[in-house]
Amino acid sequence: MKNEELETFRVYIAEYKTKLTNKFRTRKKWTPPNKNHVLAVIPGTILDVLVKEKQKVAEGETILILEAMKMANRITMPFNGVISKIHVEKGDIVPKNHIMIELK
Amino acid sequence: MSLKQFIQELRERKEIAKSGGGEKAMQKQKAMGKLTARQRITSILDTDSFQEYDMFVEHAARDFDMEKKTLHGDGVIIGTGTIYGAPICIYAQDFTVAGGSLGLMHSRKICKIMDHALKMRVPLIGINDSGGARIQEGVNSLAGYGEIFFRNTMASGVIPQISVILGPCAGGAVYSPALTDFVFVVDNISKMFITGPSVIKTVLGEDYTMEEVGGAKVHCEISGNAHFYAESEKECFDQIKKLISYIPRNNQIRSKTIEPKNPTLKKKIESIVPGDPKLPYDMRELICSVADNSEFFEVMEHFAANIIIGFGRMKGETVGFVANQPMVLAGVLDCDSSDKAARFIRFCDSFQIPLITLEDMPGYLPGIDQEHMGVIRHGAKVLYSYCEATVPKITVIIRKAYGGGYIAMNSRHMRADFVFAWPTAEIAVMGPEGAANIVFKKEIESAVDPEAMRQSKIQEYKEKFANPYVAAAKGYVDEVIEPSETRSRLLHALEVSRDKVAYRPEKKHGIPPF
Repeated sequence: MKNEELETFRVYIAEYKTKLTNKFRTRKKWTPPNKNHVLAVIPGTILDVLVKEKQKVAEGETILILEAMKMANRITMPFNGVISKIHVEKGDIVPKNHIMIELK
Repeated sequence: MSLKQFIQELRERKEIAKSGGGEKAMQKQKAMGKLTARQRITSILDTDSFQEYDMFVEHAARDFDMEKKTLHGDGVIIGTGTIYGAPICIYAQDFTVAGGSLGLMHSRKICKIMDHALKMRVPLIGINDSGGARIQEGVNSLAGYGEIFFRNTMASGVIPQISVILGPCAGGAVYSPALTDFVFVVDNISKMFITGPSVIKTVLGEDYTMEEVGGAKVHCEISGNAHFYAESEKECFDQIKKLISYIPRNNQIRSKTIEPKNPTLKKKIESIVPGDPKLPYDMRELICSVADNSEFFEVMEHFAANIIIGFGRMKGETVGFVANQPMVLAGVLDCDSSDKAARFIRFCDSFQIPLITLEDMPGYLPGIDQEHMGVIRHGAKVLYSYCEATVPKITVIIRKAYGGGYIAMNSRHMRADFVFAWPTAEIAVMGPEGAANIVFKKEIESAVDPEAMRQSKIQEYKEKFANPYVAAAKGYVDEVIEPSETRSRLLHALEVSRDKVAYRPEKKHGIPPF
């Protein structure tokens, strides 16, 4: 076996020579969630956007409707705040974790 | 009418039934690089051993003009036969008949052969090649799947169940294979998914090919749904036959014993493993150096390759090997490798196959992704399955056995029957580098030359703890052995454990951390 194929791999403090798997190599790096982002928790279609940019919205109010799995899901405001940016419009198809709305 | 005429009529009827979806559909099947359902069955079974039942079953659809259609055998072939002379129950969905779609009678045929398999205590092989539920039959079709799933579950741990995916297997249909013990797939032919590319396209607007969503490679490397990967149907059938040769017919009897053969590997066992615990080697070589005829039949070769599972023989008798693979990800335990090992351990325990564990692992894979994926509950599966297993369990610690990994990999404390260690074994809470940093934190920080102090303390810890003798002094390791003794020690240990009796408290069933 040639040592060139091997990579240095750290487990705690020790470094080992080993091969990496594709699954490990292509794993997604975790980033802490941004509380100002309203993400699509499920892939679906935007049925309606009920707010406008710069609008002040109170916690719990519905800001948009995301249809997914044959269900119209009401997406509500997570805290009292302002809509800073809207990234979607009626009819858009969004994947999971797509940033739909940014808040302030 | 003379008897001859009756026989003639029967023969004609059989010919028609065997024509499946007709010449055109058969040609189409062939053009996709696929064998027909009957060819598949006869290729897997011993020559001329196949006996078919329910050839004249007719479908039960009465709506949407379906009553005017004839679907020969309702799109599935069932029967019994032998592999290497041992009985087998088998079914194969016939894609040429209404796309192999599953209707009421189709499912009843499958259930009939499943009931036979469980009653007669013989292995079941299911060949899946189906477009899915027959929509015209509505809930009857769903009921059919449900009945199959129930039987899969009842048969689990009683008879070996094998699923072969040789075409599409989509939607609810995937759960029968998922409930069985071994899933075989073939490149470019097998397609397995809950929601296929067309649904993903409609919902998400994203384009994927069937191969990308649920092809053979995906299930062998990424999802871990499949256990055996083949390039062709022929290779796949050879793998099935090989597997059958290793496993017993049911949970009441042992695997067939074959003539014992010594390992043939030329390489000396001492030359396989580097002395430096940070350098890798291929653990499969080590397995081959102890197994009969140096033969090792690996299961899930491409998934979570940091752990190795599979079958071999010791003195002609089947054993299951579980071994860390230092060559991949340094042999760490993680979510995937834990799942992989745990299920295999339970299979071996269910079917009276002794377990040999070869250990060389630096611990659990650190990382936030592993923690978030639940490495705690996944890792717990390994502990659970080793603890509950009552088959003979033997461990050989080759080099590293650190921390939780030492406990998990069939340690004495999990009720291993024999624990051996090579003189190269390092059995400790963690590697010397990490341990020295914690234990001698003050000394290192206050030293004039902290790095020199660190190195000397690492050395001190190494000498004190990174060896097999501390564990041997407490009896956690039964014996420290020379590498060249490994096979003879294992053979003896297996021999004296043959009639092992181990009790577990009576219960309905445990609650493993699924």
